Amino acid sequence: MSEEEPVPVRRRTVLKVATAAGTAAAAGAAVPVTGAAEGATAPAATVPPTVPAGASVEITLSVNGARRRVAVEPRVTLLDALRDRIGLTGTKKGCDRGECGACTVLADGERIKSCLTLAVMRQGSRITTVEGLARGDDLHPVQAAFIRHDAFQCGGCTPGQIMSAVACIAEGHDGSDDEVREWMSGNLCRCAAYQNIVAAVRDAGREMRG
Amino acid sequence: MRAFGYTAPADPATAVRLAAQPGTTYVAGGTDLLNLMRDGAEDHEHLVDINRLDLAAVTADDAGLHVGGLARMRQVAEDRRVRTGFPVLSQALLASASPQVRIMASIGGNLLQRTRCGYFRDPGSACNKRVPGSGCPAVEGQNRMHAVLGGSPHCIATHPSDLAVALLALDAVVRVLGPDGARQIPVGELYREPGDTPHLENTLRPGELITAVDVPGGPLAQRSRYRKLRDRATFEFAVVSVAAAVHLRGGRVRDVRLAFGGIGTRPWRSPEAEDALRGRALTAVAVAEAGRALVRGAQPRQHNAFKVELVQRALTGALHEWGALR
Repeated sequence: MSEEEPVPVRRRTVLKVATAAGTAAAAGAAVPVTGAAEGATAPAATVPPTVPAGASVEITLSVNGARRRVAVEPRVTLLDALRDRIGLTGTKKGCDRGECGACTVLADGERIKSCLTLAVMRQGSRITTVEGLARGDDLHPVQAAFIRHDAFQCGGCTPGQIMSAVACIAEGHDGSDDEVREWMSGNLCRCAAYQNIVAAVRDAGREMRG
Repeated sequence: MRAFGYTAPADPATAVRLAAQPGTTYVAGGTDLLNLMRDGAEDHEHLVDINRLDLAAVTADDAGLHVGGLARMRQVAEDRRVRTGFPVLSQALLASASPQVRIMASIGGNLLQRTRCGYFRDPGSACNKRVPGSGCPAVEGQNRMHAVLGGSPHCIATHPSDLAVALLALDAVVRVLGPDGARQIPVGELYREPGDTPHLENTLRPGELITAVDVPGGPLAQRSRYRKLRDRATFEFAVVSVAAAVHLRGGRVRDVRLAFGGIGTRPWRSPEAEDALRGRALTAVAVAEAGRALVRGAQPRQHNAFKVELVQRALTGALHEWGALR
């Protein structure tokens, strides 16, 4: 079935060009559909923006402080939009089903699993990825603590762990080792570096509170 | 995922009109739906994104708690009024999913999430829920996590929501809006047992949207607890769970509500267990009788027979909160 075809263009280099051009080229022959197109002949209040199956829509995200316009089909997850369309591959695709947490990013300041949300559902959102934490060469305290405590081995889960830890500390859920384990439970580490991850989160939390 | 269309309406009436079309469903948090569509357990031509609807408020008044269908799990779990007046709800929510998913997932979506039966989620397997008439491999297969109550030869999948169990114990009512208008459904009437039609899981009509959940307040709700047993300490579905609300007066059970997860094909309320306790002191004998009343009709399978004993122990453990067995 044609509906089953994957997103036509996947090569990152091509996608970067398409994104830079601000067009829907990445979606191949799909015609970009905006909210205005469907509502052109009726009051906007009664006819919501509709994107037909197979078509793309241009959305705007604020990613790490930069305004990014990207054309996506409705089926494109925020994770894939970040990695394949915007080119920010720091956010990892682990299980792609919400279990491992490697894809954790902040959306409007809250941690979410970016594989479980569609990019179109995040129109206008403020997204922070692991690339957005450091200030130049100055690492975020959580990043520095992960290095200090050797809180990773293969690194596959690390961007998600770090983003989740930033939120975990902001939520105030880092008061004890047990609390950190509970509130970091959405992030799995198959190298089992949990001991050091817990230490890093607690250390960073203490540092951030001064 | 297959290609699908997408609309994000700004008002509930438009959302309902769109969602009543064939091949269309709602998306709120997306935390279950996206996996269902990836797995091929569900197939939709069009999604109606309801996140722009103004249905996320949590309010409280003399009648109790009113939770918007689009309130998020974390939002409800952390609400001070919920924690003090309806602790079973907060506890059930905090025992669910992961922190990230609780931030994303809506209350309405939580109630309508689909079973985690591995056969249902695997399009390579037969499943009467997914393909009516294709058979149920769980009955003779890997059924450790499956139901011992409310099953049929056609399906023994459990309903996975902890929140639904807690709401069932508190006699909550779901408010829905559909093409034919608004109506109310007690949570106890929201879910169907599989019978001959396991693909029909609830009593919602096409296009109906959960706009709110009303939860009566009072002494029972204030003295409510959730106890969940699972294969690991956190981020896991229940093997068995207990939502208990007990109002003791003069050392005797004035009123009691008991609902269970992990053991039934739907969130399982046990009037038999409640009757065994009402009017009595919460002694070990009384609690044991209640447990036996709960599992009287149980139909264990090859790998889940342990649940029959485990849920009775979980009930005893939950009632320790009220001083049972002392």
